[in-house]
Amino acid sequence: MLYREAGQFKTSYAADMAIFPIRQDRIALIILLLFAFIGIPLLAHFQLWPLGSDYMLRAILIPFLILALAAIGVNILVGYCGQISLGSGAFMAIGAYSAYKFGTGVHIPLEFIGTEIKIAPLPVLPSILLGGLMSAIVGILFGMPSLRIKGLYLAVATLAAQFFFDWVFLRVKWFTNYAPSGSVNAPELSFFGYLVHSPIERYLLCLIFVTLFALIAKNLVRGNIGRQWMAIRDMDIAAELMGIRPLYAKLSAFAVSSFIVGVAGALWAFVYLGSWEPLAFSIDRSLQLLFMVIIGGLGSILGSFLGAAFILILPILLDQVPHALGVPISVETVSLLVFIVTGALICYLLIVEPHGFARLWSIAKEKLRLWPFPY
Amino acid sequence: MLRKTLAFATAASAVLSGAGIMLSAGPAMAQNEQFIPRLVYRTGAYAPNGIPFANGAADYITMLNERDGGINGIKLVMEECETGYATDKGVECYERLKGKGPTGAAYFSPLSTGITFALTEKAPGDKIPLLTTGYGRSESRNGAVFAWNFIAVGSYWTAADIAIQHIAKELGGFDKLKGKKISLVYHDSPYGKEPIAALEVRAKLNGFNFKAIPVTHPGVEQKSQWLAIRQDRPDYVLLWGWGVMNSTSIKEAAAVAYPRDKIIGVWWSGAEPDVIPAGDQAKGYKALMLQHGAGQFAVHADIEKNVYAKGQGVGKDTFGQVLYNRGLIDSLIGTEAIRTAQAKFGKKPLTGEEVRWGFENLNLTAARIKELGFEGMLAPIKFSCEDHQGADQGRVHQWDGKEWKIISDFYTADRKILDPMVAEYSAKYAAEKKITPRDCSKEK
Repeated sequence: MLYREAGQFKTSYAADMAIFPIRQDRIALIILLLFAFIGIPLLAHFQLWPLGSDYMLRAILIPFLILALAAIGVNILVGYCGQISLGSGAFMAIGAYSAYKFGTGVHIPLEFIGTEIKIAPLPVLPSILLGGLMSAIVGILFGMPSLRIKGLYLAVATLAAQFFFDWVFLRVKWFTNYAPSGSVNAPELSFFGYLVHSPIERYLLCLIFVTLFALIAKNLVRGNIGRQWMAIRDMDIAAELMGIRPLYAKLSAFAVSSFIVGVAGALWAFVYLGSWEPLAFSIDRSLQLLFMVIIGGLGSILGSFLGAAFILILPILLDQVPHALGVPISVETVSLLVFIVTGALICYLLIVEPHGFARLWSIAKEKLRLWPFPY
Repeated sequence: MLRKTLAFATAASAVLSGAGIMLSAGPAMAQNEQFIPRLVYRTGAYAPNGIPFANGAADYITMLNERDGGINGIKLVMEECETGYATDKGVECYERLKGKGPTGAAYFSPLSTGITFALTEKAPGDKIPLLTTGYGRSESRNGAVFAWNFIAVGSYWTAADIAIQHIAKELGGFDKLKGKKISLVYHDSPYGKEPIAALEVRAKLNGFNFKAIPVTHPGVEQKSQWLAIRQDRPDYVLLWGWGVMNSTSIKEAAAVAYPRDKIIGVWWSGAEPDVIPAGDQAKGYKALMLQHGAGQFAVHADIEKNVYAKGQGVGKDTFGQVLYNRGLIDSLIGTEAIRTAQAKFGKKPLTGEEVRWGFENLNLTAARIKELGFEGMLAPIKFSCEDHQGADQGRVHQWDGKEWKIISDFYTADRKILDPMVAEYSAKYAAEKKITPRDCSKEK
């Protein structure tokens, strides 16, 4: 009744090709964005429920946004192009450490040819974007094997990237500016002379990045290149016969995906952690991202957000339930229960809906169209 | 279709109900309570070592509440949050707990070098002290730069220095160190890497050959490292492990027949969970003591009487162990800082900033330590605005297959060597973070 597109006529090609062709969707999205950009900061500023303390912003919303961004990146590679990757954590690490190096100044002594490469410390914004770029370049390199190997074999090749970069950032001291502990600190978050410091500002910074990249990703997957990726995913030989170059399609998916994941890694390090070690981007992170994409829905931008919310926020919520209800059980029992409940929920959801939350969402929309008079 | 509806409903209700619970305010706290958050890990790869420490820290606070009704009548309320030794989980716990209680968290004690590094970035903004008893950033001793970190009792650099002093004593003098080979088997994380800088300085000074051998987290795979040691035959091996890595190291050392009494562990590698799994192979293994060792002292009798007799304790099976005792000391220093601050700011719940003043003016004299029941465990500690470590001493104990035996007197780390390092690295940190060091002469 409310959600029905009857009477919405498309009179131009532009209207026909809009991201959200249904008017109700557009209105809902505008309301959501207004709430995210204006409502939440206002609530946080006046310390109104549910943002009475900065816990919601700092411990829930900021990591959610950053991981959702990373999940979008992984979804492009795994969900749209069908190339399974277990190396997303490594690409986040590359983004983080490259951004750190660009942000604190790069110095490569090349004594054997009597020269050196020196780059003065860059501002934060170019550092983060260059971090993404470095990640994209490495992504292309590690995407090369995908031209020869497929499926699980490719997953193993990307796993190699994960372990290789874990090792590099642990052992090559140059990347950590020779810090005695191997742990590095993010530089000040200064954008065009404006210091991003409070949780609200940090949240808005992440939100801007996520909105922009989600928009870019959505448009990419709707366009020519996205169709190429999906063709490769669905059947690479048929795609090749139709004139799609696997080299170009696969490597571009690796590049775009790694770029977004790299930017997310830089944000994770700079905005969320502030100080980090390679363990922050371990294989656990890769698997976490992959699960987000699978549970959220392969091949769906919206699914990336839903998956990130489920995987990140659900355990945190479950962890607090017994205490909030005043049930006197110890923290170790709670944390084990969280593992059990989260695992069971994941299994249950994947059994009843193998295509993830994004599919549940579209079913809900279909039903809403017919409501209240289903056939 | 019904199943899909059900699935959707499950997902939605899980998220919504959880959100509702989290957002609803927790149990209201009385206005006359001091909140002490407790970051613990009772699960995961490091749980065997995390549990006794958490138990000790909790039992001491419970004891204060039961025996004295808190500190000067202010009841202490604590809440544990499980971090699993993971940095991102630790940060989430910190955000969750920092604002609880009428005045917010008194101090945080994360028991993880990684979490300490992350919280070091956040604590100044929230004005909450970080108490890191025997771990954390070694250069955070410099209170002028690290205004909120209290690396109480000893740093990894202190530990490295004491270990070398002990080796020198066993060999018969510092001049005997020349040409000797000392290897460090370390947990490949900020924790394990910290001592390297101090050991390199000592190697240059005393002329021994130093080699650092990393072990990847969590440390159950060490075959190649110990094969390298067998080939290299170092005179001593220093062990900088945590959790399951320690007992694995001892077992691997036995497998390559490296004498256990030539291995010296840091004080985080010298507790019961580190040697008991290795059985007889651990006999003769030595470790540093963060002043205290295992055993029961006057404070234990108090805990027995006021906590366990009332059925309130959590650490019966770890009672009197090395890490349990360290938990007691951790809570002792934190609560005494609160007591010191109460003398200035009044007998009321205090903010983190006020508690910091308490830390900086904390002076645990020998008489006071005896009064508190810690005689025999601790030497005097005195913090100041410049010195956030307060003590430089340590001992060595040896595992005889059944219990830890103290085999040395107190060593004092050489501040002539370590202080310039603290100054250098903290200055570097200050420059990187654009921190203007405090002028301690102007602080009361």
